[in-house]
Amino acid sequence: MKAIKYILTGILFGIIMTKSEAVSWYRIQEMFRFQSIFMYGMIGTAVITGSILVALIKKYRLKDFRGRTIQFDSKDRHWKKYAIGGSIFGMGWALTGACPGPVFVLLGQGYMVMIPVIGGALAGTFAYGLFRDRLPQ
Amino acid sequence: MIKFFSQPWPWYISGPAIAGIMGILIFSGKTFGFSANLSNICSMIGLGKRVTYFNFDWKRQQWNLWFLTGSVIGGYIAVHFFSSPDPLTLSTATVADLQKLNIPFDGKLEPSAVFNWDYLFTGKGMFLFLGGGFLIGFGTRYAGGCTSGHAITGLSNLQLPSLFAVIGFFVGGLFTTYLLFPIIFK
Repeated sequence: MKAIKYILTGILFGIIMTKSEAVSWYRIQEMFRFQSIFMYGMIGTAVITGSILVALIKKYRLKDFRGRTIQFDSKDRHWKKYAIGGSIFGMGWALTGACPGPVFVLLGQGYMVMIPVIGGALAGTFAYGLFRDRLPQ
Repeated sequence: MIKFFSQPWPWYISGPAIAGIMGILIFSGKTFGFSANLSNICSMIGLGKRVTYFNFDWKRQQWNLWFLTGSVIGGYIAVHFFSSPDPLTLSTATVADLQKLNIPFDGKLEPSAVFNWDYLFTGKGMFLFLGGGFLIGFGTRYAGGCTSGHAITGLSNLQLPSLFAVIGFFVGGLFTTYLLFPIIFK
């Protein structure tokens, strides 16, 4: 039954991603060409709302639905992998106009060309797992 | 209600709504990060036997795969029941730039000149969809997260490494937009 909760949250996410137009290839191009506030406003208000939420959770030591105090993981400090990995992902984001979430939302919208994108993404994930030890971290 | 849902949403509604998804997951004791699912799928299909990186108990991440399943259903529901009849209000500058790249603006979410099977089976289409997918998978695992994990969750928690990752997203995106697109689409 726990699955239902996450499926419902995912459905909400899919609807929000579609209605926000964050799944749009055109919107991503508009963003990378700095020709509208649209995507910046969306990510900006998401981060502002999110950081207020996180700050409140930390300040009041809020508990989750199961009564456990919420903890946040800190990311490790090896900036290289974030910069290099981020740049590689950024290229894929601009090409397909979709980040991993929207790829699956677009599949649900009926864009079957997302199947090769998912195939490519799994191949890329596998390649990373394979060559991980030989990459600068 | 349906009418509200059917309008295109302004960004100042969508942004906090995305943060709301992060909030629901935080209060469920989980972390919002979609691209982790790519590793989860690799682990689920048994690749952990061959590559240690995928050798983890994917069942503990099952919730995220259910979230993924929901996102596919959500995409279906959104276009079938809450679809906006109005064309996308894309910046005229973007419309003009894309026109120069032979990508006509058709008012939909995705350019029909590119998002179709005929285009996929061209060399350029293969590079765009398969190559783009590969870069998404490789890059997000290398950086340890995508837009949800770094730009939303990481920045909300004021994580400096996530800022490096987001700057990287833009370095790669700008490189593709300004240097690769003129080669691919002209």
